[in-house]
This record gives sequence, C-alpha cells and structure tokens, in this order.
Amino acid sequence: MHTTSIPSEQLKIVIVGHVDHGKSTFVGRLFNDTGSLPEGKLEQLQKVAERRGVPFEWANLMDALQSERDQNITIDTSQIWFHTQKRQYVIIDAPGHKEFLKNMITGAANAEAALLLIDANEGVQENSRRHGYLLNLLGIRQIAVLVNKMDLENYSEERFQSIEKEYRIWLKSIGVEPKLFIPIAAKHGDNIASRSANMPWYKGATVLETLDEFKVTDLPLNQPLRFPIQDIYRFDDRRILAGRVEAGSIKVGDRLVFAPTNKSSTVKTIERWSAPSSESAWAGESIGITLTEQIFVERGAVAALETAPPYELTRFKARLFWLGKQPLRMGRPYKLKLATQEAECFVESIETIIDASTLNTVDRPGPDRHVARHEVGELTIRSKRPIAFDAHNEIVVTGRFVIVDGFEVSGGGIVVADNYPRRAADSADLGKNLYSSEGKISAQQRADRNGHQGRVIWLTGLSGSGKSTLARELERELFIQGKHAYVLDGDNIRQGLCKDLGFSHADRSENIRRVGEVSRLMADAGLICITAFVSPYRSDRELVRNLMKPGEFLEVHVDAPLKVCELRDPKGLYAKARANEIPDFTGISAPYEPPLHAEVVVRTDQLSVQESISKILEYLHMQDDDAPIFI
Amino acid sequence: MDYLSKLENQSIYIMREAFNKFENLAMLWSIGKDSTVLLWLARKAFFGHVPFPLVHVDTTFKIPSMIEYRDRIVKEWNLQLVVGMNEAQLKSGVTFPAGRATRVECCGTLKKDALRQVLDKHHYTGVIVGVRRDEEPTRAKERYFSPRDKNMEWNVEDQPPELWDQFKTDFDKDTHIRIHPLLHWTELNIWEYIQREKMPIIPLYYANEKGERYRSLGCYPCTGSIKSKASNVAEIIAELRNTRVPERSGRAQDKESEDAFEKLRRDGYM
Repeated sequence: MHTTSIPSEQLKIVIVGHVDHGKSTFVGRLFNDTGSLPEGKLEQLQKVAERRGVPFEWANLMDALQSERDQNITIDTSQIWFHTQKRQYVIIDAPGHKEFLKNMITGAANAEAALLLIDANEGVQENSRRHGYLLNLLGIRQIAVLVNKMDLENYSEERFQSIEKEYRIWLKSIGVEPKLFIPIAAKHGDNIASRSANMPWYKGATVLETLDEFKVTDLPLNQPLRFPIQDIYRFDDRRILAGRVEAGSIKVGDRLVFAPTNKSSTVKTIERWSAPSSESAWAGESIGITLTEQIFVERGAVAALETAPPYELTRFKARLFWLGKQPLRMGRPYKLKLATQEAECFVESIETIIDASTLNTVDRPGPDRHVARHEVGELTIRSKRPIAFDAHNEIVVTGRFVIVDGFEVSGGGIVVADNYPRRAADSADLGKNLYSSEGKISAQQRADRNGHQGRVIWLTGLSGSGKSTLARELERELFIQGKHAYVLDGDNIRQGLCKDLGFSHADRSENIRRVGEVSRLMADAGLICITAFVSPYRSDRELVRNLMKPGEFLEVHVDAPLKVCELRDPKGLYAKARANEIPDFTGISAPYEPPLHAEVVVRTDQLSVQESISKILEYLHMQDDDAPIFI
Repeated sequence: MDYLSKLENQSIYIMREAFNKFENLAMLWSIGKDSTVLLWLARKAFFGHVPFPLVHVDTTFKIPSMIEYRDRIVKEWNLQLVVGMNEAQLKSGVTFPAGRATRVECCGTLKKDALRQVLDKHHYTGVIVGVRRDEEPTRAKERYFSPRDKNMEWNVEDQPPELWDQFKTDFDKDTHIRIHPLLHWTELNIWEYIQREKMPIIPLYYANEKGERYRSLGCYPCTGSIKSKASNVAEIIAELRNTRVPERSGRAQDKESEDAFEKLRRDGYM
C-alpha cells in the first residue's frame, strides 16, 4: 500500500456513531491494514499494554490522552492522515459519547464524507440516530454505514440485513440516502482493506473501495459572489480590504455593493503577496482588494455584485442545534456570528423543539419554553442590526452561523429558506424589519440597548462647504447601521427654537449656545446628534464642547476654500453677500475662525461625499478601541 | 484549487482572524521549518508585513547556527523580535544534562516557564503557534483557537466546539488563546510548500558531509539527527514520501514516559 507518489487530491472523512461501537478500533485497524502506521508505533503500544497488564486495543492508536486510554473512550476528536493509490485522506475520529457531542460536531463540521458505525450486537442506538441527523444538518451528504462487530453475531447476514433495514428507515425519514451498508469486524479487519472470508454472502465494496468512490467537495465557483470583509489594512499607502472569497469570483472593474450598508464601489486591484498577479480571484482564495472610490467599509460587510446581493434583514428563520450548558431561551441576548459579521441577537420565537435521536417533538410550552442541550430548535432569530445572509440551500457559507452565549460558542444553525424581502424590492421592508428599541431607564442601560453611547458630531465650516449634505448622509449611514442619529440644522432650528434670532455676532452666539444645549440633551438621551451650522466663532464652539462629557463631542471641520464655496453657492447667498444684500456674511463680511484641534478635518473640495463620510466613521471606530463610545 | 493552496488559504484566513480579534498578539518563532512557514504565511496574509512581534523562547541550548540565522532573517525581513529566557533557572544551573533535571523538567522550565514569563511580561492575549496535528497525538486533538487558563493550562477534556471557521474569540480576562494556523498541515505539506514558494529555510535540515540531517530542530542535548542523504528540499520531500519513521523520533524528551508530552502540553508547552 505504501507508494512513492502520494496523490495530490485530499478528502476528509469523519468516523461517527454511538459510544463503544468501535470507531477508534476501526481507525486503528484501517491504519494498520493500509500500512500507514509509523514505524515502531504498534510495538510501542503493545509494550505499553503489556506493562499496564491490559489487553492491547487498536483504539489506543487514536486515543492519545491518558484519560482516554484509562476509560477506553474517545473524548476529543482526532485527525490522522493516510493515503490510497487514489488520494490522501484525513481521518477524523469523533467521540460517540453524548457528553462529547460538541467534539463530534467539531470533527464532523470539517468533513466531506462520513462513515457511521453501528454495533451489530447492540444495534441502532441513540447516538447512531443523532449523529445521522447532525451529519445531515452539517451538510454532509456522502455517508456510508459500517455494521461493525459482525464477529459477535457469527457474521450473520440476517442480523446485518435487519440493522440495515431499521437504519435505512431512519435515514429516509431525515432525507438521507446512504451510499451503502458494509458488514465489518474492525478488530479482525473483515471488509476493511480486504474482502472478508467470513462473509462470502456480502458482494459489495470494502471500506477502502468505498472511500475511493466518495467525491471531493467542489468549491462554489459558479455561485453569486460573496466576499465577506475580514479586516481593513493600511500597512502602507494601500487601503486593502482583506477577506476570503466564499462564493463565486471577483475581478478588477466589478461594481460591488457592500451589504448590509448598501455602499457601492468598484474593484481597483486584487492584492496578493509573493504570488502571481492576477486580475481575478475565485472561491476559496484569501485575498485583498482596493477600491476606486474610498467608501466606509468595516469588518463584517459582505461584498456582492449589485445584480445579486444577499438578504439584508434583522430577522430570519433558522434550524439550530444547541450545545450550550445553559438552555437557549427566548429574549436573552446572544451573539450571532455569520461569516465575519457579529451582532447581538435574540430568539424571537421557538416554533419547534426536536429530539434529534428520535425526531420527536419536545412538548415544552409556556414561559419555560427553551431548547435544551443537544436538542434541535426551529426558530426565528432577530438581530439588533441588519445582517447580510443567504438561505443555506442557496449559498452555504453565508447561510450558516453560530450563537455565542457569554464566552462560549453554544450553538450552530442554518438559515432556512423563507419568503424574505429583497433590498431592491422595497425600502419599506427594511424599515419594517429594523429593530426598534424601547424602554427608558438609565443612560448606561440606554447605551447597552442602543449599542452605542450618545454623542454630538459637530460639523462646522463655511456656507456651501457641504455640512448639510454630509450631515444627512451621515445620519442615513448611521441609521442603516442600526444606530439612533438625528440632524439639527438651520432648517429645523432657525424656524422654530431660534426664530427670534438674527445674524449679528451676539445672535449667532446665542443660536449656537441653544443648539449646543439641545444637542447635549439629545446625547444625554442616548442619540447621536449631528449638527450642521456655520458656527464661525471658536469660543462658541468651545463653550458647547465644555457642556459635554469628555469624548462625547466630536468637532468636524468641513473644509473647502472660500473660492470653492462661493462657486458652489447652493442658495445664492454669496452672490447676495457680494452685492451687500446680506450683512455680516461669514467669509465675506464676517470672520470664520477655523478649528485649531478638530477631531476630524474633511476637505470637501478633495474628497467625495462618501470619502468624507468614511473618514468621519473611521475616526469614530478608531476611538472605539480605547473606550466603547461607539460600537 | 490544489491542496497546497487550500492549506495556505485556510491558514491565512485564521491568521487574519487572530489579528483582528486580539489587541495584544504575538507569534512564536522557533526558527524551525514550521514556524518559518508560518512567518511566510503571515507576510502573505498581511501583504508583505508582519504586524505583530515574533517571540523566540531561547533556552541557550539551541544549536548556535539557529541564532545566527534568526538574527539575519530579522534584519532582512524587518521583523520585531522578542526573546524570552528563563534567566533565574539558567542561573541556578538546574538544567539537562549538566544540572540535576530530567529532560522533561528542563523543557518545563526553559521552554514552558520561559514562555509564560514572556507572555506575562508583554500581556499577550493571543499567541500564534506553528504546531501541526500530525506531529504527535495530543496535538491531533487541538483547536485552531485553543484557550489556556490563567495558569496556562490546557483543559483538553473540555475544548470549545469549532465549526465553519467560527472560532473562540470571546474569553475571560486572565486567559489567553493559542492560535494554530498550521494545524491541518502535515510535515510533507510543509516541505512541499517550502519548495513551491522557493522560500528560505535554515540549512540544518539538509544532510551534511557525514550523511546526517535534522528532521526536527530543538536544543542540542535532546535533539538527534537522522541518517540522510537529502541535501535539498526536493530530496527531503522524496525521503519523507518513503519514510514511516515519526517526525519527533529524534526528540528524546517525548520518551521519558508514556504521557510525558501530554503532561507538558497540558501545562502550557507549545
């Protein structure tokens, strides 16, 4: 079996089944019979067994932990390698004990095919069924069933057939079509690498032949593009969006939409290091991209082609298995992780609770309704901010997720197909599915609920510099991100609260003082208040800054040369000021005192609206590292 | 996609997750082939940069040319190097074989404790380590993101589930996470990758004129060479394809007792 050329194809196989049905023994024997054991390993284990005065067990090859050898059970999943003429195999030995189900799932989630063992003597057991169900939920479609310990049943064809019949019915009920059933005796090697002389009635393939018939999972090259952003790097003069193409392909010139923020830009370059340069990348590749227009993008955004975006909603239906020590309950806050997105979420309703070893519905109505450890739930999940996702049956990687309870990954689930509204269909649908907060307690509780603290983003600059445009755009951006933002500008202040004021120095100062007070109240109420006023005097702005808590006030200098502003003159005010029709006009007949230490300066004559917005948002996020003011 | 590219892309993904999730991240670099491949992958992941310090745990018993090689690469690749050393233990002289320490005790103080000291000193919460599942059976049970408690202990009986590339990135303070981006690689993969990438590697792995080479690098009192004629990467690959001798067969500390290595790892060894 040991060949000089190891084939380059690789397949990952998980071995599952009920505890004590002989998984580790099978793997040990498989390794021995294919000549894959390291030199001296067998002799070493035989010696150890002799010294300890216990019989030699094939399983000891896999059970590496002292506690595993002591108890003769596999506690944690293990991986080892071997190869046939056809390809390399990674064998994942998963534990069969119910207590270690999370380890079984860890092993199985990585596999492309599975061998499920059933003890001929004990027959189909609880975890034979549960593992079958979970393999299906994990998306493993290639399954062969090994009926083991046939030696204990005198190699009886009748016994084999009765187990096959019983288990086939189970698999059919969960929609699984197994490749085949093979009678084996792992301890003695029957039907593993070579045909068993003890079971001449069995005419099918051996285990080894069956392995070679499984297929390597194809990468989803021909699906719609999904490129979840892992991180944004600025190690040099490039601003690189890093991530792995999870589905489809991406190329220079592609017009991308970043869900769920709905920002668009175009791929300028595909970035790699020490690799042949190429203008495209395909599913499975960890790459980076740069964009032609610098928009604000953060980790979690999913880049897609504008023609085929994912869903962007705050609720979806899911089927989920629960591994948490604490049960999954409605209304409790959990963390949802889907691709590179993370969001706080709640279980809104639990439709069905299923015992995965019987498929029976668990009857648990009323206030105690929950999904217990090792159960499966069909439920509706609601996230605090919009999530970009797909149905699992359409695109796998963006159609599955995990739930984190406290510090622990406690459940895994798939997004069940439903009649979800598409973004393009109607923006009202997005609004309907946005989470709206309620309750009014303390500032901190409000911040916890909102996912951000209150603050004031104070835009200052000449008339025509772009304050109102930026304010409205920033408000919209924050709203889409699920944050509570509100703009104060001349339109809603000068006509009401300050309609008694003119444009003299004193009136301007009073105007700014009032706006400052209102914005402080808004920040106190937990809102992100964006103000758009010329606010020409440094001392006025300092006064407002001093009303706030440290870090709460963010001064943004919306900067453009007077000439540019005058050229823009959106309301024709400069023309009037030049004609002396407006007295005390800032920049013409009244001074503008630019900030000396603004947190952010945006040159609107050099940056686009999107670039300006992204500069402000990036500042907020950088601050985030020091104090969680803005999440 | 060929299998080496699959391995590479997965490792890059893991390293980027680690960089995003840990504010105080470091990478262990033993100068050996695995952690040098890891270093190469970091440069791939971060487009030519290595945005975290490299920690080398120096026992002072390392083969001297390893240190020379280390310092040269640090300079050439513009790396940030942090050297960890258990100075108190070295001063006490309780080491193997000159002082009264067994091999495992010596590993425990000069490597494991030295590592702990350097992690504590710099408050690293995430440490990237180049261990592989095929190296030895307890490493076969590792996770990509593997928590260690405040005593640096590995609770192997209760490891976090790891599925669909969603890793354990939420953790209590006083704990740290070991990140293992090479877990799914084999020894052969490492060499095939070194060949494909034409990347530099310390020449100790090549056979000398006496017909011996190192297959695994460590401290000179406990690391034996193997008989080999393989004097370049292609010949090493050919040799590995035909061997059934385990990789760490030259590492004497693994053999002091049946569970020697398991005990070391539970206590925080790499």
